[in-house]
Amino acid sequence: MRSVIHFASAALALAALAFTAVPFAVAADKPDPVADAKAFRNFFAQKFPKVKLEDFVNGPYSMNEDMHRQWEEKEQFPPYEFSLDMGKEMFSKPFKNGKSYADCFPNKGIGIRQNYPYFDDKEGKVVTLELALNRCREANGEAAFSYVKDEMAALTAYMAFTSRGKPFDIKIPDDPRALEAYQNGKRYFYTRRGQFNFSCATCHVQTPGERIRAEVLAPALGILNAMPIYRSEWSGMGTISRRFTTCNSQIRGVPLNPQDDEYRDLEYYLSYVSNGLPISGPGARP
Amino acid sequence: MASTIRVRATSSGETTEVQALIQHPMDSGFVKDAKGEVIPPHFIQELTFEYDGKRVFVADWGAAVSKDPYVKFSFKGGKKGDDLKISWVDNKGATDTATAKIQ
Amino acid sequence: MTIVHDGFSATRRVILKGAGAVALVGLGNIPFSLAPAFAAANDKYPEDAFKAKSEADAIKSLYGKTAEPSDKVKLDAPEIAENGAVVPISVSTTLADVTSIAFLVSENPNALAASYKIPAGTMPSVANRLKMAKTSNVIAIVEAGGKLYSATKEVKVTVGGCGG
Repeated sequence: MRSVIHFASAALALAALAFTAVPFAVAADKPDPVADAKAFRNFFAQKFPKVKLEDFVNGPYSMNEDMHRQWEEKEQFPPYEFSLDMGKEMFSKPFKNGKSYADCFPNKGIGIRQNYPYFDDKEGKVVTLELALNRCREANGEAAFSYVKDEMAALTAYMAFTSRGKPFDIKIPDDPRALEAYQNGKRYFYTRRGQFNFSCATCHVQTPGERIRAEVLAPALGILNAMPIYRSEWSGMGTISRRFTTCNSQIRGVPLNPQDDEYRDLEYYLSYVSNGLPISGPGARP
Repeated sequence: MASTIRVRATSSGETTEVQALIQHPMDSGFVKDAKGEVIPPHFIQELTFEYDGKRVFVADWGAAVSKDPYVKFSFKGGKKGDDLKISWVDNKGATDTATAKIQ
Repeated sequence: MTIVHDGFSATRRVILKGAGAVALVGLGNIPFSLAPAFAAANDKYPEDAFKAKSEADAIKSLYGKTAEPSDKVKLDAPEIAENGAVVPISVSTTLADVTSIAFLVSENPNALAASYKIPAGTMPSVANRLKMAKTSNVIAIVEAGGKLYSATKEVKVTVGGCGG
């Protein structure tokens, strides 16, 4: 009797395996970014059925009516205007050697923000927009800017602005190193850290729309689309680098340095899973 | 664009709506810097809007107006292409002026 | 007088103007620690009202009378401010002959936040962004036909949640 059951269950197991897409010998964790992105979108769509897909880029404002009204009022004449104007001026001003930012970027740097970060196959690493801007400066004999605010925020604000409305279009080339970087970013996102033992997902996947103390949490879907942001809390602009480092500090973890590999990979992952959602930067946030 | 004053003045029907955003720290004098020293008060005290030689709106501000202050109001009159003059003075005696065209 | 900005990139572009002062164009970032001469010259700035602590004292200093609540004064303010540094607050009214509108935040160190002069021909409605130190009543005062009317709303202000 027992042997029949065992045989039957073994046969069932084999049959089940034969029907799955996963080849027998491969470890269960083969990255499948396409499936990830789809699952990510579906998760948030189901959690917030009344929120239109493109509205997720508005973060906490798509989660709470009272906050949405305050935001709408401020968007009539947004606090990031000055930074944006400064960014436009800075972007068009040539370096001392006569070259300019336009020479470092495709399409003269206009309307390309949605393609960043990208995987650089020569370097074998992810390159973010902030990184590319500083490299452009250094390649042309200029000092790098701080990654977290002021000039870097102004420049990325302008570049985001020229891409407003364009959907995130992050590419993962068919290169194991690119997949690895993507996977690293994903792992970072879901790993708990700090004294609070929070992962990014703890707040932005598990509890978006709810409050951590007094703040309403933003959903992870579309969370980078509004960058850089003018935060009321900072009374000023901040970049993706600023938000990553301060987030780490706020969960009582040790922040990495801006543009460390993990942050670059994290940005890669987060941007990719938001593919298709429109760039809305620069943005305003509480 | 070098002025601290950004204005959007739109005329529709008989009224002109004016929105202004001004770049100014509006330091209240209650905040300390990283070294623990009080940042002295530095804020716009008076903001004036003039149309056709007349004051159409005057704002008297204290330090509790937000940084990079914003204000919106409307007045009867104003035609597309007309000038609107805006000027401010702060508690240190500094000023700025701008003229905007009504859209 | 428009400012000349020949090629210097001061983050604060200021020109000193006032009785007897010389225009300091082209000198960039000079810290000014002079007495507020200009503000005093235009004596309509209600300095004392802004120095008053309580809303009652501020209103008395500004107007010399007291206000009665009126449902004709529509005060728009959020339930919970997303951040106490920038709270969008506006008021409008159907009252006639409005000459002045003021905003007070009772729990602020100085209750009077802003006061607006409404000449004839200007609509009795103002939107602005104010700082609130903590959860407090926000009071809008409308001076109409020589009398004062008010509307009050409590706005909750919380510490930013992420420990920032």
